[in-house]
Amino acid sequence: MKLSLRTLALGIALCAGTAAVQAHNAWLMPSSTVLSKADWITVDAAVSNDLFFFNHNPLNLDSLAVTAPDGSAVKPENMFKGKLRAGFDLNLTQPGTYRLALINEGVFARWKDKATGQTKRARGTPENIASQIPADATEVEVTQSAGRNETFVTVGKPSALRASGKGLELVTSNPTDLVKGEKTSFTLQLDGQPAKELEVTVTLGNTRYRDKLDELKVKTDAKGQFSVTWPEAGMYWLDASTTDKKTSLPQAKERRLSYAATLEVMP
Amino acid sequence: MQVRYSLALAALFGAPAFAAGLTVNVEVPRLNVAEYHRPYVAAWIERPDQSVAGTLAVWYDVRNKGNAEGEGTKWLKDLRQWWRRTGRELQMPVDGVSSATRPAGKHQIAVSEGSVALPKLAPGAYKLYVEAAREVGGREIVSLPFQWPPAKAEQSQVAGSSELGEVSLELKP
Repeated sequence: MKLSLRTLALGIALCAGTAAVQAHNAWLMPSSTVLSKADWITVDAAVSNDLFFFNHNPLNLDSLAVTAPDGSAVKPENMFKGKLRAGFDLNLTQPGTYRLALINEGVFARWKDKATGQTKRARGTPENIASQIPADATEVEVTQSAGRNETFVTVGKPSALRASGKGLELVTSNPTDLVKGEKTSFTLQLDGQPAKELEVTVTLGNTRYRDKLDELKVKTDAKGQFSVTWPEAGMYWLDASTTDKKTSLPQAKERRLSYAATLEVMP
Repeated sequence: MQVRYSLALAALFGAPAFAAGLTVNVEVPRLNVAEYHRPYVAAWIERPDQSVAGTLAVWYDVRNKGNAEGEGTKWLKDLRQWWRRTGRELQMPVDGVSSATRPAGKHQIAVSEGSVALPKLAPGAYKLYVEAAREVGGREIVSLPFQWPPAKAEQSQVAGSSELGEVSLELKP
């Protein structure tokens, strides 16, 4: 069941191109999450079924935003897009916690072409989607999406992260301070409010080397809170998704929200 | 009690304060490996709530060619537990605490209470931790619990199995 959902999500993502961020198993993989001095890191970005192996598609980095501890933007360098992965380098000069995020907002439309009766699809922004749909189209369905896919890196002493208050996002005191056997508390927010009773999936990487995914499934409580006790050290992929009706576009009936994060757990 | 008498006497006679202290003996094991680098080592004291009472010593690559904090700060994070508990809060180097890496053999860290390395400890239970991490090698951490202040001179020891040899703690009232 899980597998088919993932495949489906990936299929949608591929049709949607830039919306690959919203697919399951789209990930950012930093070379380090804990540094003891100002240094360079490099980050891989890919879409794949196996965590964290680049064996399918590169991840689109158009919406990449890297935020320094002081809130300023960090410019990614040596950005490239290969056949199987994309990547970039970052020069982390300040002490504190950096947020590396892909924030995707998009609109999908589906309709029946009047002349041929065939199903047509388009994607775009809230501003330009209307112009892509023919006036005589029937059975028009418009869906908005808001996705966030991120990871965190700390140089020296960790600093507090500011939540954006938009879409689905994870709020925790320190996402780079996770240790095997310890319990970490998180809050999942939806537009800055607790995301209640939502399922969060936490999967340890290196899935290629085991027969079962063995993902942890946790449900957020009434305050949007959940906790994870890390069974093993390694890189983890955390994801959650939901839908609601809070669209900014009148034609859109539904908003699809997704969140994913790559987290490192130390032994 | 003993401490108080000593301090009172020291104050009376104007002699240098005879403070209580502790000595940590750390053995860096001799390893038969193709590529050997001296380990980074940290020794520190934790309270039962895992807060740190003081870092006794940090041995790392302190050479500073163009880096005031020392060339080796890049790898201090590999002393994982120390880094997380206190290392990342410190501005390296720390006078009287940090120093160069040591060769294989037995080394002594002697500190007296009230120094930079060992601030005054409130009476209670503590744990000494010694952590070692080696480039292209492994990491090991050992700990020894103790009560402070010690009623009498005491000694305890523990042996590492890979990156640390014998580690002992001597308490001096």
